[in-house]
Amino acid sequence: MKKNAVLSLLLFLSNVFAIAQSAEDRGLEIAQKAVEADKGFESSKVSLKMILANKHGQESERFLENQTLELHDDGDKSLIIFHSPKDVEGTATLTFTHKLTSDDQWLYLPAVKRVKRISSDNKSGPFMGSEFAYEDLSSQEVEKYRYKFLREDNINGIKTYVVERYPNDPKSGYTKQIVWYHQENFRIEKTEYYDRKGALMKTLSFNNYKQYLNKHWRAGELVMENHLSGKKTRLIFENYKFKTGLKDQDFSQNSLARAGK
Amino acid sequence: MLSFQKISLIMFFLMMASYGYAQEQTSFDFSLKLSAEDRFFFNQGLYEGQERNFLSLAVQPEYSIKWRNEKYLLKMNLFGRYDQFDARRTHADIRELYWRLADNSHELSIGVKQVFWGVTESAHIVNVINQIDIIESFDGEEKLGQPMVHYSYQTRAGTFEAFYMPYFRRPTYPGEPGRLRTPFVINDEMIAFESSKGTRRTDLAFRWSHYIGKFDFGISHFYGTSRQPLLNSLENFRPVFALVNQTGIDVQATTGPMLWKLEWIYNFNEIKDYAALAAGFEYTFGNIDGKGLDIGVLSEYLFDSRDELTLTSLQNDFFVGTRLGFNNTQDSQVLAGAILDVDHGTALVSVEASQRIKESWKIELEGRFFSNTSDDEFVYFIRRDSFLRLAISRYF
Repeated sequence: MKKNAVLSLLLFLSNVFAIAQSAEDRGLEIAQKAVEADKGFESSKVSLKMILANKHGQESERFLENQTLELHDDGDKSLIIFHSPKDVEGTATLTFTHKLTSDDQWLYLPAVKRVKRISSDNKSGPFMGSEFAYEDLSSQEVEKYRYKFLREDNINGIKTYVVERYPNDPKSGYTKQIVWYHQENFRIEKTEYYDRKGALMKTLSFNNYKQYLNKHWRAGELVMENHLSGKKTRLIFENYKFKTGLKDQDFSQNSLARAGK
Repeated sequence: MLSFQKISLIMFFLMMASYGYAQEQTSFDFSLKLSAEDRFFFNQGLYEGQERNFLSLAVQPEYSIKWRNEKYLLKMNLFGRYDQFDARRTHADIRELYWRLADNSHELSIGVKQVFWGVTESAHIVNVINQIDIIESFDGEEKLGQPMVHYSYQTRAGTFEAFYMPYFRRPTYPGEPGRLRTPFVINDEMIAFESSKGTRRTDLAFRWSHYIGKFDFGISHFYGTSRQPLLNSLENFRPVFALVNQTGIDVQATTGPMLWKLEWIYNFNEIKDYAALAAGFEYTFGNIDGKGLDIGVLSEYLFDSRDELTLTSLQNDFFVGTRLGFNNTQDSQVLAGAILDVDHGTALVSVEASQRIKESWKIELEGRFFSNTSDDEFVYFIRRDSFLRLAISRYF
């Protein structure tokens, strides 16, 4: 009798464990499929318009440009060039994302022609005074999170998988994020960001999706709403180009200085 | 013999000519910065004829053309200032005017350029290519354009660079009404060169820089007329530009929020060989309020084996400072710090703050305060020259 109780308890526990395990596996699997679905763009270039709105709705605009080099063994490399506001025109950043370790990052300051290695630790800070943190915009490598599948959901008439993910980096500004993946093409429809206290902090919506090269889905607009401050940032992407011929040497400190002013 | 002016004029016409030669994939960029500035000195000057309050206006137009998918570039960056009292500070300079070819790993530039080497914040001892625009900037961050041929080759083992510099840019020192100067005004005729060719001597420089993991480093060598003068003695102030061989090393280790920085030079010359060092750290407490406020703490130790025969006054000094970055839409920033002389107790306190206003205005505040100045140091000459500078700029 006693033996049976122990056995059934063990069975029950292993069942619970198996279910928990499978939710995590399924979450990871969805994240991997999302990466798989976007593989092979090689490199991309895009122009961005960033519209910052304060809680009274007053807006200001910035223009930037992003170049990305796709890598498989390591995280992607990216170059961001600032065209406005005019006083920071020609400032540029170069980032080598890594799957497991901290990213390498350099900043080019056009006024003094200086290339400066900077710490990539401060990822929870705002990007250019916007509602996007640096970590929201950096390359979303699968290895940067742990996952858990939550449920299926319907948003805006789209069937989605809802996955919770937890940043591995203790320096992240978030305890968790909830991501809505499109069930067919695995593009992200929405992300919720939960702060260090576990409260819902921001919601990111992906609008005006377009497919490029018959494969790569890119949103034409990202809207980040901060529920704590009431501020909002819109990112509008224009003139997407893929397989641009950019090479590894186009993502060096020399090319960083050249891309700047 | 080509003078600096002639070389610049040729470059300018090349640029204009290329405008007509514009091809497909050509992009043009023009920008302009206009500034109005007031410099207020708290005390009367030590020397006769010095003024206390200086209004001035500055203009900085920049123009560039890139073509053939950014393989070629022509760039022009000019600077001019009008100063209310000091005719010397009313000056113009070609900051940049060059042609550049960038082809895969090779990069070749011909013309007037600006080059920055190094990692530390309170002194830039490794950075020796460009002459400092002394009348323009107290901290030496503004540089005169340097004519050069610059070749750079990027490999898996780092970047190798060579510089051929056919012309020396003479610094302009403040005039009689100007502040931050020696008891007597330094004229061009008082400047002496070790080389008989004076400003026409050819200088050479080489650099290898690379990055491995957390480490960014560079090794450089300069052979030619030093950009920094040596003094014969403090009584008879006469700057001598010596021929030097200077080797420099700069290293930065980026370990999480901590940046470790080191610059070291050794300078061989006929007057007195010397070594100098700048080493320290910068630690950033990022986003401490959850709204983006970054607080950086900086400290550097500065050493120079020349005693008083230097304009730098950084023989055995500590720098401590803090950097505030608000990461707001106006990009508000503050850098405050003090350089303290270990031997003499001289202190130089600095504050620099800036903020954008609306989309294309910027306001900047700079304060420099001298205290406890020792008569054994160069800063003794400018001990009464603590000042505040306020500048408002409009960008186009």
